[in-house]
Amino acid sequence: MEHTIAALATPPGEGGLAVIRISGEDAYRVAATVFRPRTRGRSVEQAKGYTAMLGFFEENGVVRDEVVALCFRAPKSYTGEDVVELSCHGGSAVCSALLRACYAAGAQPAGPGEFTKRAFLNGRISLTQAEAVMDLIGATSRQGAAAAAAAMEGALYRKITAVRQALVALAGHLAAFIDYPEEDVEELSTEAMGRTLREQKAVLDELVRGYDTGAVLRRGVQAAIVGSPNVGKSTLLNLLSGFERAIVTPIAGTTRDVVEQELSLGGVRIHLADTAGIRATQDIVEAEGIRRSYAKLQQAGLVLAVFDASKPLEEGDIELAKACIGRPALAILNKTDLEKQAREEQLTPYFSKIISISAKDSAFLPAVEQAVADVLGVAHADPDALLLANERQLAAAKAAQAALKDALAAVEGGYTLDAAGVCVDDALNALYALTGENASEDVIEEVFSKFCVGK
Amino acid sequence: MNRLGNYDVIVVGAGHAGIEAAVAAAKLGARTALFTLTLDGVANLPCNPSIGGTAKGHLVREIDALGGVMGIAADATFLQSRMLNMGKGPAVHSLRVQTDRKKYHIYMKHLLECTKNLELKQAQITAVCTRQGHVTGVETQLHAFYGAKAVVLCTGTYLGGRIFVGDASYDGGPDGVHAATQLTQSLRKLGLPLRRFKTGTPARVHRRSIDFSRLVCQKGDDSIQPFSFLTKGEMKNRVDCYIAFTNEATHDVIRANLHRSPLYGGAIEGIGPRYCPSIEDKVVRFAEKTRHQIFVEPCGEDTEEMYLQGMSSSLPEDVQNAMYRTIDGFEHLEIMRPAYAIEYDCIDPTALCPTLETKAVKGLFGAGQFNGTSGYEEAAAQGLLAGINAARAVRGQQGVVLARQESYIGTLVDDLVTKGVMDPYRMMTSRSEYRLYLRQDNADERLTPLGRAIGLVDDARWADFCARKAAKQAELTRLEQTVVRPVQANEVLAKRGEPPLQSGASAADLLRRPALHYGDVASMVGDGEAMTPFLRYCVEVELKYAGYVRRQKSQIERTRRYENMPIPEEFDYSLLTGVSLEAREKLAKIRPRNVGQASRIPGVSPADTACLAVALAKQQGAAARRQAQHNKEEI
Repeated sequence: MEHTIAALATPPGEGGLAVIRISGEDAYRVAATVFRPRTRGRSVEQAKGYTAMLGFFEENGVVRDEVVALCFRAPKSYTGEDVVELSCHGGSAVCSALLRACYAAGAQPAGPGEFTKRAFLNGRISLTQAEAVMDLIGATSRQGAAAAAAAMEGALYRKITAVRQALVALAGHLAAFIDYPEEDVEELSTEAMGRTLREQKAVLDELVRGYDTGAVLRRGVQAAIVGSPNVGKSTLLNLLSGFERAIVTPIAGTTRDVVEQELSLGGVRIHLADTAGIRATQDIVEAEGIRRSYAKLQQAGLVLAVFDASKPLEEGDIELAKACIGRPALAILNKTDLEKQAREEQLTPYFSKIISISAKDSAFLPAVEQAVADVLGVAHADPDALLLANERQLAAAKAAQAALKDALAAVEGGYTLDAAGVCVDDALNALYALTGENASEDVIEEVFSKFCVGK
Repeated sequence: MNRLGNYDVIVVGAGHAGIEAAVAAAKLGARTALFTLTLDGVANLPCNPSIGGTAKGHLVREIDALGGVMGIAADATFLQSRMLNMGKGPAVHSLRVQTDRKKYHIYMKHLLECTKNLELKQAQITAVCTRQGHVTGVETQLHAFYGAKAVVLCTGTYLGGRIFVGDASYDGGPDGVHAATQLTQSLRKLGLPLRRFKTGTPARVHRRSIDFSRLVCQKGDDSIQPFSFLTKGEMKNRVDCYIAFTNEATHDVIRANLHRSPLYGGAIEGIGPRYCPSIEDKVVRFAEKTRHQIFVEPCGEDTEEMYLQGMSSSLPEDVQNAMYRTIDGFEHLEIMRPAYAIEYDCIDPTALCPTLETKAVKGLFGAGQFNGTSGYEEAAAQGLLAGINAARAVRGQQGVVLARQESYIGTLVDDLVTKGVMDPYRMMTSRSEYRLYLRQDNADERLTPLGRAIGLVDDARWADFCARKAAKQAELTRLEQTVVRPVQANEVLAKRGEPPLQSGASAADLLRRPALHYGDVASMVGDGEAMTPFLRYCVEVELKYAGYVRRQKSQIERTRRYENMPIPEEFDYSLLTGVSLEAREKLAKIRPRNVGQASRIPGVSPADTACLAVALAKQQGAAARRQAQHNKEEI
């Protein structure tokens, strides 16, 4: 079997379900890293072929989504290799986080048509389909090439090229210094080398860090309005969307299902879900609504947690606040038009941002927009750092980043230049892969254009 | 035409490629003839009187590990030896020796004369004869025909050679030997794509005319490592080298006379090596440099001739005199042989298979400068491979291909036949992506078993290799298993500025620390059994770089699947769908052996490679079905 690959198997974008397919010799090991079965003592690695398992995708110990793992054992799978398909909820935030977790666990992004190619090579699809497969690979790569060409004009290409040029200069200097020991090629000090490596790694670090923010800006974010009954969640939805979308009554529990709305907030596309208020209830319909509220909270890329400022905070409020720890959540103390009873400091341990508003008053809209931008990290985002457009580019940038880290470790750990040089080569190859170019003889060219070496 | 002999293998040219080719073929049992323009020019070093250097030293070690002869001859005739790059890491430690030019010639000529199955002959080859696309023999200038089942062309700079000095030029090869003037035409008729390359060499000067007190002396190493794994016993440096520098006055002379250089005047059409610029190139391209280095190297112990490395030129003789004499210490320089540029014919190496056989003519092989490379070591490496494969072709055996993942020789050949060359190709460590693994200290472990399987490694070399390998393994095991207590280690650790041990650690773990060397650890746990200085070095490198080597080996492992996917020779690329037009053209031209090689062709993208793999699998499936159908019908 070949190295393990993972990719989204369903069309990108919004959908009820998204399926991430992992295929290759380490498929089960990767799946076991990102997927925790619901039943204690079960393990996905022990799963037989043609079985399904219910469980969770967790990040930093927090459940992000409920996931179903479908297990296939080689050769009885789509690709003919070990395959695990993880079905999570559609919505780019969760599903791309899950995909990234798969990459972190050792899977590599699948190339164009790669699942189908493997299926064919392993005899899982018939000969008559071969031409179609090749057309598919060809077409996707042409599409990819077009995209790469477009990107070549773009800021990402310029940025990556700048990093690459710095690394080619470094690798060229290293090569000249090593391959022409007798020429008066200036010695490359470990300090200078460390400085270049750190500078270029910093650029990649910034790109990698900016990926989430970039994704938020491009694809928008799933947001959930949560809170106890009648704290004004639907009023907030109406404030944000600018018209009366949800039925607002003073009767607690009016919103019994999730009301959804798409809107733009501070330049970010937001898919907003107003949820049923969270409280203990006997009402079956309402109970189901509350269950969905918590599910939404877990999946959301932005949580707007609403609290009634005119009443002391209740146990249910604190519980909700606790569920928001570590999430991109904004606490909104509503009803400031009434006398304030809630103690804001009770919420501060759980939220990075808390604002007080009256949702009935549209004058508060800019404050909400600003707070949302702060929570999402897009408020002060440097547009240059938000350039990585997809998971493949992210994986390549991370590979280059890791190689530079190794190079730095070699330089700083007292290893000799040859070890560091090979790591710089690896970083260069990853950057060539990122921009879809062939690694060429750039380094050798550099040696002979910049250094006067030879007999 | 008189038929004067019949051989299995004929080698054309007795330079470094031709010698390895002829000796290898003869040792493998092929009846071999080696033709040279002059017996007095066998194993000539027409340029640097030196062997080895970065990456080139690796090649010599690899040649030796496979059972070639260059390493042994270099050890026997060296004048001064230095291990370069000692501070830059074990992957790039490179051995370089000054060589006694005359002694090297005598040693090699005698070695050839004493080789069983090998006849050494002086003649100019004027044509390669073929029948139905297969080599049948060669013709000489004296109208003789010699039959052969395989021919290896190692023509060096003699094929269509033309020498340029200023506005003077004439047909000829190095050192007064005439050029091979007729062979090119015969090769063109066979459909081989030929081109013209250029190289150059500096002047040889008289020792007495140099004021050495103005030069910097450069001594050899105190402790000398030989090239050959077989060379034992003490080795001693016999000469010193010196360093001089050009200055602005030198550069002024060059700049004032550039118009008289055939390189700048347009008389030379050949493409020169980027890495071997003439002094006029250096002055023009690196105008900001106020001085360039010159190495003054003795050509031998029985001669006063000195070689001026770094001053290759094609300027007129009077300008050479003026230019050299501006240099500190060279004021009264007496030139014995002027510098010159030389143009010669060579093949586009993409017309070769990775076995170094031409695609157009079965049984015809090429090696060395003929294949577009530069350097004695590069030539010898290819000669060895071509000689092995010529002998195997005669016996109907499959050709040997050296993997780029396993050797510099493999890297060299893969680069040549897959990527082609724009100018003469020189080996560099930076050309190998696997250089932390392809070290000169482990060349025997990488290649001697293969040499044994091929039949070039004799019992003595094999026994020596097995003993060395066992001793190294035993020492590695001992160091892993020996626990060092803090009291044994901390004094030495303090001396090396290392943090002390709190509890016991394995000797191997201590040796993995960059600041510690074998001697330090041996002072704690004693020396291993049968440890030579070389083995101590090997053990240390093995332990220190294990992590990096593992990483490279896993990269190599990942490439293996594509390497193991062969492409049939007759594969029709015009029917390959899904790939770019450029990729299809390139694939059809190079005709790679396997998908791995295809993936390295410039212009072939990963997606193109994937399509190729699919198409191959499809074809295989169809072939299997036909075979099954066929079997059924037979029953």
